[in-house]
Formats: sequence, C-alpha cells, structure tokens
Amino acid sequence: MATTSIRVAETPHISKLLQYADDVLILGHRTSEWTGHAPLLEEELALANIALDLIGQARALYQAAGELTGHSEDELAYLRDPPSFRNALIAELPNGDFAFTIARLFFVSVAYDQTWRGRQDDPALAAIAAKAAKESAYHIRHTAEWLIRLGDGTDESHRRARNAVESLWPYTGEIAADRAAWLRAVTPVLTRATLPLPPDAWMQSGGRTGRHTEHLGHLLAEMQILPRTFPGAVW
Amino acid sequence: MTDAEQLQRARAAAAGVEDPELPPLTIEDLGILRSVRIDNGIVEVAISPTYSGCPAMTEIGAAIRAAVLAAGIEHVRIKHVLAPAWTTDWLTQTARRKLLDIGIAPPEPGAGPETLFGHTDPACPRCQSADTERLGAFGSTACKSLHRCRGCAEPFEAFKCH
Repeated sequence: MATTSIRVAETPHISKLLQYADDVLILGHRTSEWTGHAPLLEEELALANIALDLIGQARALYQAAGELTGHSEDELAYLRDPPSFRNALIAELPNGDFAFTIARLFFVSVAYDQTWRGRQDDPALAAIAAKAAKESAYHIRHTAEWLIRLGDGTDESHRRARNAVESLWPYTGEIAADRAAWLRAVTPVLTRATLPLPPDAWMQSGGRTGRHTEHLGHLLAEMQILPRTFPGAVW
Repeated sequence: MTDAEQLQRARAAAAGVEDPELPPLTIEDLGILRSVRIDNGIVEVAISPTYSGCPAMTEIGAAIRAAVLAAGIEHVRIKHVLAPAWTTDWLTQTARRKLLDIGIAPPEPGAGPETLFGHTDPACPRCQSADTERLGAFGSTACKSLHRCRGCAEPFEAFKCH
C-alpha cells in the first residue's frame, strides 16, 4: 500500500457518498475525542457510542464509494488530503466545551436524520440510510435532552449553551438539504431550552468544495499518521 | 456430503454461534443470521449488523467460519447484508427469555425509533417492578441502555428498541 495521497475520480454520485461519509467520519472522530474526558460516566458511554455509530456509518459509506472508485475504505479515509474532503465545516470545528459539543451534534444529527429518512435512489445508499436513521433518532433524543437541560438550567449552563448555538449558527448553512425542514425540527427544542433562535444571516461555506478551516489538517494529521507511516498496517 | 447435508450442517453450526458481547444469546436468537445458502460447493452465510458500527461483526464472521469449517464444510463465505435493516423485532422468544435470565430487559416488540420520545421505561428484569428510571440512553454496548429500578434499587441494562 502506498502512503502517497490519492485523488478520487468523482462523479456526482461518488461526491455525494464521500460528502456523507466525510461528514460522519470527521464528526465521529471529533466526538471520539471525548473518550476519557467526558463529564460523567454515562456521558462517556453515550459519546463513545455515538462516535461508534458515526464511524460505522462512515465505513459503510466508504465501502459503497469504494465499489465505484476501486479504493478501499481505508484508502478513502486515510490517504486523501484536506482539499479532497467534502465534509461540512461544522463537523471539523474543535469540540469546545460540552455545550458546544452537544449543540453541534444536535444540529448535525437533525440534518442527517432528515437525509437518511429522505428518498435515496441508489439501493446501496438506501440500505445504509435505513440503518443509520435508527441511530440518528437516538442521537437527536440524547442531544436534544441535553440542550434543553443546559439551556433551561443554571445561569452558566444557559450562557454556555447560548454561546454554542450562536457561534455554531453560521456553520449550519451547509448541513441541511432542506433548510426550512431543518429549522422546523430545531426550533421547538431551542424554544424548550429557552435559547433564542439566531437570525439567519451570512453563512460559512466551503467544506463541500474542499475549502476547509485550518482545523481539518490537524485532525487528519492525527487520524492518518499511523497508516501513512506504516503502510498496510493491520490490527 | 450432498448439498442438502452440507447446508443442514452449516446452518446448525452457524445458528449456534454466540454473540461475543451477549452470551448466551446466539446470532440466530438475535436475528443476525439471515440466510445460509450453497452455491457451486461454497456455503454462504449471510449476517446483518445490529448497528452500523457494531465492533462484533468481524469476530462473529470469524466464529461462524470456524464453526462451519469444524462441521466438516470445506468452503465457506461470509456475506454482510444491510437491507432490510436489522430490527429488535427479529429477536426470537428464546432471545427475550435469555435476556431476562441474564438480567437485561428485552426490547418492547413493535417499538421503533419513531416512538422514542414517548417511550415508556422498561420493567425491572429482576423484580418486575414497572417503577424504573433511565440513567443513560447508551450502555456498555451499542445495543443497550442503562436503567435503575426504584423498586429493588438495582441498576440494570435494557436492550434498546431499534
């Protein structure tokens, strides 16, 4: 196995598979960074389980993309450079505090839940989506419960949750195929959390075309170093 | 051995493989075992993951291969099937009884993720009290959640509806 980067010949369908796969892989990796650092044992288990779900979804999506590109799931995850990644910028932002982590997971889970429940013409993608929709339902419930508890909690938890929602909002423009449907799902939870709905103003973009924040390169360096240093390493 | 004999032996061997994270439940009890076919002398065992990221799938595949080979079959292939997606409704009655025996509340039949927000808490598998509370939606494995019984004060796990 080579350690040099690959470039994938993308069709619109391959780009879509990679976009989904990169979103859940990068968010799964970020979420896994909480392992060993979560504020309480139950949350440790929850975040590790959510990360496992997301990385499992990514594997299935990379395998589907691999059928079309001839690249293995590992090559797609480990041998592409940042400009080849199609993930939304929101997935790669550092975890921040617990409120930021939860709000981000909630926003992305709602978007993906709608994607997985939407119509998929490709049978392989439809099979992955049917499985993933069951998982995203749990991710939404867990993060929505936390967001309500934090927003409608102490002064400090409210302040942190509000900061999280406001700083994440400009990054939510890339994740939902149907912004209106996404807002309809997100609004009732923010309301119950006593968190004001930020106005839709200027939105960040670039992830879908490979223009990333500086954070993705650092994340990939950590994620990719082993297979790039020891080509063909297996467990 | 005729194809029919091979198939019968392979099926029995595969069906007896236990889930490494949930003994003594077998992959047949859990509905993970989807089909056993024979094609040109190769036995193909199809299994479905319970969760996208189920880390036990590789081990289950290896255990099936070992069990089928030990049953005297020469060529075996493991196939992963995603559609239709596995659901806890495929758990057999035996699975539900075995879960209760090891102190895990079985999933409510017919309950999917759509009913999650109105989900009632499971009864305690030890004292059967309905007065229980959920401690965490995620447990020691992807398929379980954490609960506590207010009746007997024991913590317990429940198999999540999926």
